[in-house]
Amino acid sequence: MLGLTQYLILSALLFSISVAGIFLNRKNVLLLLMCIELMLLAVNFNFIAFSRFLGDTSGQVFVFFILTVAAAEAAIGLAILIVLFRSKRTINVEDLDVMKG
Amino acid sequence: MAFLTPDLNPALAEIVLGSGICVVLLADLFISDRWRDLTFAIAMAVLVATAWVAGGIGLNGVEITFDGSFIADPLARVLKLLSALVVAVVFLYSRAYLKDRDIYKGEYYLLGLFALLGIFVMISAYSMLTMYLGLEMLSLSLYALVAFDRESPVAAEAAIKYFVLGAIASGCLLYGMSIIYGVTGSLLLPEINAALLQSGPNDIVALVGLAFIMVGIAFKFGAVPFHMWLPDVYQGAPTCVTLFIGTAPKLGALALAIRVLFEGLGPIATSWEAMLTVLAVLSLGIGNVVAIVQTSMKRMLAYSTIGHVGFIFLGLLAGTEAGLEASLFYTIVYVMMAAAAFGVLILMSRRGFDADALDDFKGLNERSPWFAAIMMLVMISMIGVPPLAGFYAKWWVLAAILDQGHLWLAVTAVMFSVIGAFYYLRILKLMYFDEPENVIELDAPFDMRLVLSINGALLLAIGLFPDRLIAICAGVFP
Repeated sequence: MLGLTQYLILSALLFSISVAGIFLNRKNVLLLLMCIELMLLAVNFNFIAFSRFLGDTSGQVFVFFILTVAAAEAAIGLAILIVLFRSKRTINVEDLDVMKG
Repeated sequence: MAFLTPDLNPALAEIVLGSGICVVLLADLFISDRWRDLTFAIAMAVLVATAWVAGGIGLNGVEITFDGSFIADPLARVLKLLSALVVAVVFLYSRAYLKDRDIYKGEYYLLGLFALLGIFVMISAYSMLTMYLGLEMLSLSLYALVAFDRESPVAAEAAIKYFVLGAIASGCLLYGMSIIYGVTGSLLLPEINAALLQSGPNDIVALVGLAFIMVGIAFKFGAVPFHMWLPDVYQGAPTCVTLFIGTAPKLGALALAIRVLFEGLGPIATSWEAMLTVLAVLSLGIGNVVAIVQTSMKRMLAYSTIGHVGFIFLGLLAGTEAGLEASLFYTIVYVMMAAAAFGVLILMSRRGFDADALDDFKGLNERSPWFAAIMMLVMISMIGVPPLAGFYAKWWVLAAILDQGHLWLAVTAVMFSVIGAFYYLRILKLMYFDEPENVIELDAPFDMRLVLSINGALLLAIGLFPDRLIAICAGVFP
């Protein structure tokens, strides 16, 4: 039987992987979107684990909302990505350097 | 389990706004480009109705509904009334700008109204769930607004940066919320408060959650070191969108900070006061110093925003009622100053030309003495010189932290304000002592000139007679 700690460690690992992915990735904006999605899923894991071990359902309700918002967020992110590709012909992270200072 | 219909009355402003948005959404489908003014008119009518409902019921009394996750108190009513009015002013300023750039579309008003609805939900949030939903509603609308001008590569770049960094901030905020939920076993702010009172101020796990939540709040305000998005977004977005981002969302962010920190995490105040101190000092420093080397007006105003956020945080970290009132007063005054500053920028822009470089301000006095005078009022108010509103705002915050014995914080704040005075004064020098590069007349519709003039005059009026606004701010926190 797994305890609460194991679940929390797993979610913390997932969260760290996603943060590391965002800051290490220098190539593609799509990868950033995936990392953001992973980040939200890590949070969901946390909520579900707590909800299960506290015996309180509100955490699970929160997870449904996060899933919905994540879908909307992905839609808007991809839409912005398309606008970006149309005007710049690239989605390379390193090419996003018009504004500095 | 029986389902009880919640009391909908406290959420009447949101319901009116939400229904209004549906009307705008449907009406705009059937309106041709030539009649776009009609969309504008409907959107303004919705805003007026919302402001009427939000402020009209009377500002007193506390009502909690939706199983404790929604609160309507004096703070919420004042902030909702103000943010609805601010958005109306923003819409008014941006109309000519949108027309000149052929992006006069219904989407601008729709996204603006949705963002306002998000701000409303944030202001009234009394549980972490409503808080998150309001915040995301606001952020998602803003991401889309920044990318609104589809032809502009700079705007697209600003939008993707804003989106990625904003999503990371939301992720951190959520992670913090999940930890706090795990520690306290509840999403409702009063229950979190009660649980934390029991576990004491040194619960390590709760402090980890607090740290993540602080990252989210600092990001939404644009406090250093979570400010990277702010200059790029301010500069890259169309000026009318920058105007939006720079004003109304600050009111929502303030409400979010007050609710989470004071009403939810009050028992671990010593920890978040320390975190806020670091954020405030860094923001004051970086904001005011880096603004000096900017050549873009929008970017300069972005760094000036960061400096002002430092002051707002100073008021919060005092941890007292006086500090909260000072922060509220400062935020309201700041929103008015930012609206006027970006309003002048919009006024100076015309078809095919965006006023953004500092040099565009050269000789403004010869082109339009009246609006040069308004800009002067705004700049002097941002420095914090009496008798303008910005002076009282700074003075009140400093008084609140001195009361708590933070002498060195007050000294730092004053020192960086003096450094900051340099770049505001440079604008005055450009406007009054340099030769204009061109003498093209400023053309703007009459309504915009009128409201912009009132906006500037209000800064002076509040500076001369601050009692009224002070009384409102003081009445909010019983």
